[in-house]
Amino acid sequence: MKYSYYPGCSLKGQGRAYEESLLPVMRHLGIELEELPDWNCCGATAYMAVDEGKACVAASRNLAIAEKAGLQQVLAPCSACYLVLNKTQHLIHDYPHIKSTVDRAMASVNLKYSTDIPVRHPLDVLISDVGMDAIKQKVTHPLKGLKVAPYYGCQIVRPYATFDDQFNPTSMDRILEALGATVVQFPLKTKCCGGSLTGTLPEAGLRLSYIILKEAIKRGADVIATVCPLCLFNLDSFHGKIAAKWESTRIPTVYFSQLMGLAFGMTAKQMGLQRGLVPMKPLASAPACCAARTAAAAS
Amino acid sequence: MQSTKENTRIGFYVCHCGHNIAAMVDCADVAKYVKGLPNVVLSRDYKYMCSDPGQELIQKDIREYNLNRVVVASCSPLLHEHTFRSATAAGGLNPYYFHMVNIREHDSWVHTDRGEATAKAKALAHAAIDRVAFHKALETKTVKINPDALVVGGGIAGIHAAMTLANAGKKVYLVEREPSIGGHMAKFDKTFPTLDCAACILTPKMSEVGAHPNITLWSYSEVAQVDGYVGNYKVRVKRKPRYISEERCIGCMDCISQCVFKEPKFEDEFNEGLGKRKPVYIPFPQATPQIVVIDPNVCLNFKRAKGPDGTPIVSDKCKKTCVEACGDKNAIDFTQKEEIKEIEVGTIIVATGFKTFDSKRIPGYGYGIYKNVYTALEIERLVNASGPTGGEVILREGKNPDGSPKHPKSIGIIHCVGSRDKKTNIWCSRVCCMYSMKLAHLLKEHTDAEVYNFYIDIRAPGKGYEEFYNKLLDEGVHFIRGRVGEVTDWAMTPEEEGKLVIRVEDTLAGYVRRIPVDMVVLSSGLEPQADAQDVRRLFNMSCGTEGFFLERHPKLAPVNTFTDGIFIAGACQGPRDIPDTVAQAGAAAAEALVLIDKGYVEQEPNTAFILDEECSGCKSCVPLCPYSAILYDETRKKAHINEALCKGCGTCVGACPSGSIVQNLFEDEQIFSEIQGVLAYD
Repeated sequence: MKYSYYPGCSLKGQGRAYEESLLPVMRHLGIELEELPDWNCCGATAYMAVDEGKACVAASRNLAIAEKAGLQQVLAPCSACYLVLNKTQHLIHDYPHIKSTVDRAMASVNLKYSTDIPVRHPLDVLISDVGMDAIKQKVTHPLKGLKVAPYYGCQIVRPYATFDDQFNPTSMDRILEALGATVVQFPLKTKCCGGSLTGTLPEAGLRLSYIILKEAIKRGADVIATVCPLCLFNLDSFHGKIAAKWESTRIPTVYFSQLMGLAFGMTAKQMGLQRGLVPMKPLASAPACCAARTAAAAS
Repeated sequence: MQSTKENTRIGFYVCHCGHNIAAMVDCADVAKYVKGLPNVVLSRDYKYMCSDPGQELIQKDIREYNLNRVVVASCSPLLHEHTFRSATAAGGLNPYYFHMVNIREHDSWVHTDRGEATAKAKALAHAAIDRVAFHKALETKTVKINPDALVVGGGIAGIHAAMTLANAGKKVYLVEREPSIGGHMAKFDKTFPTLDCAACILTPKMSEVGAHPNITLWSYSEVAQVDGYVGNYKVRVKRKPRYISEERCIGCMDCISQCVFKEPKFEDEFNEGLGKRKPVYIPFPQATPQIVVIDPNVCLNFKRAKGPDGTPIVSDKCKKTCVEACGDKNAIDFTQKEEIKEIEVGTIIVATGFKTFDSKRIPGYGYGIYKNVYTALEIERLVNASGPTGGEVILREGKNPDGSPKHPKSIGIIHCVGSRDKKTNIWCSRVCCMYSMKLAHLLKEHTDAEVYNFYIDIRAPGKGYEEFYNKLLDEGVHFIRGRVGEVTDWAMTPEEEGKLVIRVEDTLAGYVRRIPVDMVVLSSGLEPQADAQDVRRLFNMSCGTEGFFLERHPKLAPVNTFTDGIFIAGACQGPRDIPDTVAQAGAAAAEALVLIDKGYVEQEPNTAFILDEECSGCKSCVPLCPYSAILYDETRKKAHINEALCKGCGTCVGACPSGSIVQNLFEDEQIFSEIQGVLAYD
């Protein structure tokens, strides 16, 4: 199956490591991704909060382009994109006035939003379309001994829990286990990372990041795996401030796709691991060259 | 005096039903319109046609105006067709010269435009006026009622219904799926609000059932097939093999103590998996019947495989110490096979009960993740003196520093688990508030722990229930209003370490609280049984949207179903507590007794019949009949309809290629004139 890949801004900027790891991993698993031509901003949570109708117009343009290109599914790896595209479909479906706004806007640029083209998350595609067996088969360098705290963030499961449980999702847990990692029981897996509050109201936002980092360390995790560029940014970027205010909680946070790549025998550099601010320790199971590269990337 | 269309004299009545109809339909205008239609001798509007004066009006008019047809436009025929047919008969006419028009459910209640609703009422009335001219005099037929009854389900509802019928001298078959009767109530420790011991009040009734000369108790059995009709049901009951001869077993349980498994090893269903049992077992000490069961899935004498017919295969590999222990009684029979019994009964009471909500469906509450999260049913067994711990409340996880089992010092009881929630079940399960408070009392009594109840609303609408709530408040049980967000082992403070933290918005205090406890109890709601849909089909009943069996009328026929002679009782109809269940079971038994003691039932004459001269004997109708009412007469080469079995569904009438099947009250000219009538008004 071919998927229309909608990177959004994060995967081209701050969350570049997500794209760098996800694309080769998906290709390795036989998933064909074709980047959506001329895609635009999803609007994220900010635009939705200002004007739902116009936010839907912005988001649905991407869906209309995918539809025009004749693609069956849209893959949205960024949690915000995933949520906004889903929410747009719900709003268009439920509110006729939003639908007419969108229809009018699309018509003015010779586009048409007509079908509910499925918007999929990589975790969903991995567990439902690829399957655990296929993932296990590709593991050449099992992540033996690596203790991972699975951290999903809120946006891919709430309010729409399309492929996993709203409060206790397990899809990433299962994938990490298939890679040979040890998944620590992590009750904060869908708790707030602080979102944009780390920027607007740091005393509130940072505390939330701190709680997650601290709990992951307390539960013996070596690394936090996440699916969300904003979560990763919050958990990875404020260690200095958190240490100054509370205590040091230096634990690396990585994208689950980076760990998949490592288990598939790809190098740390290929997976963009050098972009993390808190380096991940090289894996014992990694081939000598890779271990060296991880170390190099880490230093 | 069979009237032809020419001397038809119709009386028409339109009912206001207070404001129910009159508020949306101009009744006087409808009456005026109908007065001008052919054959209508008089046309009236009246406030309440179903009242005594309303019915007398019909009778008087029949005599005074020499009416020979009556039409009433009012509510649904389900409600009052019988009333008006009786009034027509009392006026001296055949009751089937009456016809009813529904302008309430089909008109006034569902429309908002008075003009259009009035127009619709006129059109419907016109249809009835045209149709009723073609009505014929019909006779109701009577069917005998077999006095024997079947009760399905041996919980407290089934037990009470069976005992009521048996005590009235009727022969009753009681069929129970599990090895013992008793149902959920047998698992309860105490009952609210009186706190009397559930076993003490239930087990005497269970033994009475077992010993009653009028009751045939078939436990470990299921109803497999139901055929027939009111008064004459043929039922096939599947008796599962328990590998013990019910006639020879005396319940001495020597086989259990001598089983090659010295220690109980397998999950004990009765104790909700908190205890263990052997492959040969009796579900609980007061089980009725007192007959042991062998579980072929774990007994060593069976291979862990099933034969081609699905029955377990005997391996004969075990030493069979149980057989030795049984000795001359010779009750153990590894060759026992599933058996089908056929019985004939006149009435059936379905009392198949409920299942509790699977708390794992809400992972946020941690059941199955954290060991010290319990379901309410588990707590019932845990506090019970004959339960797996002898009534000692010990935690599943965690020991004291000296290695002894740990008792909870703080307990949180979460109400409405799987109830009143759009994501799971929307309905209130009715019993959870009260049983949660009962468990709060018992847990406090057993452990002296701090007990917190987390509730949305306290629903205590029963005799002595609110008083019980007050008693709990006096005892110092805490009540926190708010739906719990989650149960987690995520500790934020040293005091929370090693505890389960309940996160909840206290909606009275107005802030989010974290309450650390040792034990969490989930008050799971009530759901329809997993196989409720199969059972529904078996007995030809209906289910509501939530899956509980549907009563014929929520207020006026709460134990009847839409199938005559089949009644429902207990929580299979909806969540209810023991007092309500017993009351309903008594009501179901009384309704069955009405049929049994009358001895016969009158059948609607709306059955189909075959015009012999037209029937070509093509047999296309035979397999279509859902009630197997059509037989093919080989000698005459014609189909024949058994009127006692025919339910008047009309399937064969529509399917007959030669148009040789006619249905009373739905003859072609009646239906076509009705269609013409409804189209005549514009």
